[in-house]
Amino acid sequence: MRARVFVTLKPSVFDPQGKTVTDALHTLGYSAVKDVRQGKYFELDIDARRPDEARALAAEAADKLLSNPVIESYRIEIVDEVIA
Amino acid sequence: MKFAVVVFPGSNSDHDAHYAAQQVLGQEAEYIWHKDISLKGADVVILPGGFAHGDYLRTGAIARFSPIMAAVKTFADAGGPVLGICNCFQVLLEAGLLPGAMLRNKSVKFVCEHVLVTVEQADTPFTVACRPGQVLRMPIAHGEGNYYADADVVARLERNRQVVFRYTNANGVATDDSNPNGSVANIAGLCSERRNVVGLMPHPERACELALGSADGLIVFESALKAMTQGAFVAAR
Amino acid sequence: MTIATDVLERHGLTHEEYQRIVDALMREPTLTELGIFSVMWSEHCSYKSSRVHLKTLPTTGPRVLQGPGENAGAVDIGDGLAAVFKIESHNHPSFIEPYQGAATGVGGIIRDIFTMGARPIALLNSLRFGPLEDPLVRRTFAGVVAGIAGYGNSIGIPTVGGEVAFDDSYTGNPLVNVFCLGIAAHDDIIKGVASGAGNPVYYVGAKTGRDGIHGATMASAEFDERSAEKRPAVQVGDPFMEKLLLEACLEVMKTDALVGIQDMGAAGLTCSTCEMGSRGGAGVDIDVSLVPQRETGMTPYEIMLSESQERMLMVVKRGREAEVEEIFEKWDLHAVRVGEVTTDGRLRVRNHGEVVAEIPNRSLTDDAPLYRRPMSEPAYVSEAQQLSLASLGKPVAPAAVFMRLLASPTIASKRWVYRQYDHMVRTNTLVMPGMGAAVVRVKGTRRALAMSVDCNGRFVYLDPYGGAQLAVAEASRNVACAGATPIGATNCLNFGNPEKPEIMWQFARAVEGMGAACRALDIPITGGNVSLYNETDGRAVLPTPVLGVVGLIDDAEAVVRRVFRAEGDVVVMLGETRDELGGSEYLEVMHGLIRGVPPALDLKREAAVQRLLAEGAARGAIKSAQDCSEGGLAVALAECCIGTGLGVDVDVQSVASAAGFGDLSTLFSESASRAVVSVAPAREAELLSLAARLQVPARRIGVVTGDRVRVAIDGRTVIDEPLADVERPWAMAIERCFEPANALA
Repeated sequence: MRARVFVTLKPSVFDPQGKTVTDALHTLGYSAVKDVRQGKYFELDIDARRPDEARALAAEAADKLLSNPVIESYRIEIVDEVIA
Repeated sequence: MKFAVVVFPGSNSDHDAHYAAQQVLGQEAEYIWHKDISLKGADVVILPGGFAHGDYLRTGAIARFSPIMAAVKTFADAGGPVLGICNCFQVLLEAGLLPGAMLRNKSVKFVCEHVLVTVEQADTPFTVACRPGQVLRMPIAHGEGNYYADADVVARLERNRQVVFRYTNANGVATDDSNPNGSVANIAGLCSERRNVVGLMPHPERACELALGSADGLIVFESALKAMTQGAFVAAR
Repeated sequence: MTIATDVLERHGLTHEEYQRIVDALMREPTLTELGIFSVMWSEHCSYKSSRVHLKTLPTTGPRVLQGPGENAGAVDIGDGLAAVFKIESHNHPSFIEPYQGAATGVGGIIRDIFTMGARPIALLNSLRFGPLEDPLVRRTFAGVVAGIAGYGNSIGIPTVGGEVAFDDSYTGNPLVNVFCLGIAAHDDIIKGVASGAGNPVYYVGAKTGRDGIHGATMASAEFDERSAEKRPAVQVGDPFMEKLLLEACLEVMKTDALVGIQDMGAAGLTCSTCEMGSRGGAGVDIDVSLVPQRETGMTPYEIMLSESQERMLMVVKRGREAEVEEIFEKWDLHAVRVGEVTTDGRLRVRNHGEVVAEIPNRSLTDDAPLYRRPMSEPAYVSEAQQLSLASLGKPVAPAAVFMRLLASPTIASKRWVYRQYDHMVRTNTLVMPGMGAAVVRVKGTRRALAMSVDCNGRFVYLDPYGGAQLAVAEASRNVACAGATPIGATNCLNFGNPEKPEIMWQFARAVEGMGAACRALDIPITGGNVSLYNETDGRAVLPTPVLGVVGLIDDAEAVVRRVFRAEGDVVVMLGETRDELGGSEYLEVMHGLIRGVPPALDLKREAAVQRLLAEGAARGAIKSAQDCSEGGLAVALAECCIGTGLGVDVDVQSVASAAGFGDLSTLFSESASRAVVSVAPAREAELLSLAARLQVPARRIGVVTGDRVRVAIDGRTVIDEPLADVERPWAMAIERCFEPANALA
């Protein structure tokens, strides 16, 4: 099954890339966009029998490698794919 | 004395560090491959600049898991001197040997130029030959040198005198203009609580000969030699 | 003829070429074979329009260890070492996807160097863009610079110099030429050759995917509105993979277990197999099902034509396979056996054992079509060469022109660019970007190498023969200013559509001029690249034959930089200014014109000036040297002062010109064979006497002094500005184009 891991910078951390994207959108005329935070998206293809197994594994991967807890936080979505 | 220069896949300043230690300073230097598990009796460990593992995922995030890092950690825990330059300052942060993290430069661009840093602490193995307040001219070359730590961590670092190098002007004043990447409190380099592990973004190994534009960085290597001769910062074996 | 015209068109082949294929095979080709011929016979790979002209270039000399025909050229630099270097273009991909186009261009040229057994130690680049007022141009420019930086910095090879120029003709056709130089011991140079029947052929590096298929044919065609659809043809570079490859290959080469090695660049597996076979007089038999693949369901056609980056092809000495595989494993790379060398001179491609293509190597390489395309002098030439200064109206005061020229992007500071390049890694950089020719030391010796890439497209447009000569002169003069003696050159010839007689005429004349200048200056051409079809909707770029010259400095401590060094030093002008505003930056910036005849070039005088510069440097008499090019003498003087805090006060002799243009011509003519040097007062006589001996006009014109730039003509002050006012427009011209307000449009 598939685990989607969204890693984003913590709110307190300044995001220069997000700011650059915001400025660029404004230049394009999208003044309604107040702010942009840039993050990372991982799709893990996991060999697991139950969603909670996959979620636990994904969380471990996120804690250990995919995110840096000093500056990032993450959330996980499990996509339960059943192959007939 | 012997310098170990650790080589990760993607390190590119390993040759420069080796050259500075061996050809310029005249000491023995040996390359240690990241898959090795022993530092082979080195007195000082240098983790050089580059793009370990392509800087993929996050800079230093994968290198910190290399087999050699266990030996580096043991060496550091035993009090041995460890210097992490640029990319490897990032590795030390990711490995938890130093506090904080690295972000993209505020300008979102890679910057290569000479900068001025003030040596604020002269009691680390890499600054004992310096005078507190001494200003060094050294090159930086990075896209992610924007040091970040929470406010309370920064306060603790300042209190414990762990900020070793700070971006300043020629008069030692930390101004916005002198900060090339937006790092908090103009921090260019720090040391661990025990002071034997030092990480910095500038490249002292690129500033060891006047012909290259500055020889101010040589003092970082000379300090390691001085510390060793004085018997300070020796890893307990 | 059973082949459909649209199939041929997609493959960039003519009906005549198809017939040649049938004749070579003595049957109709399979689709895989058609694909193989299409890329090998493309302009980019076969040089079919250019070969007859390139053969006239001087390519030999006592120092030449390897001339054109291999992955890169090599010249002896003493101490048993060789400089291995080449320049290549990645123009079309950089228009489609600027970052990756430029990045993969850097990757490609680096591979060409280390595949020869040399460790790359320096990169330079020559870039051309349209006017910076255009937001799309700015986006292309920023993307290209970021791509070069992203790749070069990551792999750890310093980008130490280059040039950037701007002209309307490059708007839809940016030029991205990348130069790389490496060092190898003579004995370590290894060629791209396959020989020894039964020797295994190995593949190492990134897995093969569908990227870049028909990249070679894309580079051989003009752009039009449908170009955007070609986006999938641009590959994504992986500098980390290439760093691993570089280190692993250099390690393997030291074991002597390789017969030959070649990188897979344009036309990927196809090009490397048949070229290696051709060079070795052997055949290569490979099975594509053994090739590591990144995508599923790839056909032999796709595998043979893929231009996935960061892959190498090697011929290993039979019996030494395990050794080679082990070294690659250390670097977490997998070297895979994909075939073997044969004696039948054929490229044989199998898929799971079954033969899907079989072609005599020679028909793909040596016997590829060779065209003598028709040439005719374009109508514009004689008209454009007419220049009547008097018809330009009342000339603007020199001081105001001076400021305008300093702020012209072609002349202005390129710091915005090179600040993004790591130019210090490897601790060899003796001269930083912006200080004249790039200079790197050669560790383990006392020597240094100076490098410069140059071309003035306007001069070539107005007179291809003369303009190309001037490019050779300028590049070698820049190198001489650093104190070096030129020892070799590489060229990147960027032109429009060769099927147009006018363009072919430009090309042929430029090659002729280049050859004549290289002969006169004793600079052999060791290799290079041709990029044709640089046209959009029928409008071609200015013909731009870029020269990359390498010079040798015997004593690295004698290196000379462009800027003044001490108050009181004497400023000496070498060479003579003539009334030559033709093709100048002045004409373009102030009048929007490219007209006139380019400056004359006396090759004997040029050689003498270069000898003087090298000798003066070796003796330690010359403290700084800057050649006079775009913007003439006035801009050269400014460039000597900027960043030093030192000003200059000079008085020069006037040049006679049309009424009212005397001062402008004196200050801004771009006459050749000139340099501005500074010497310590105590050594002025020595330099002037050396100049007299070499028959180089040399004249003291003033001193380094104060904090202003003051230029007088025959005692009359014409420019008198504080240094800060001179620096500001020069420093900000390109920088301010990228402020947030202009960032993206």
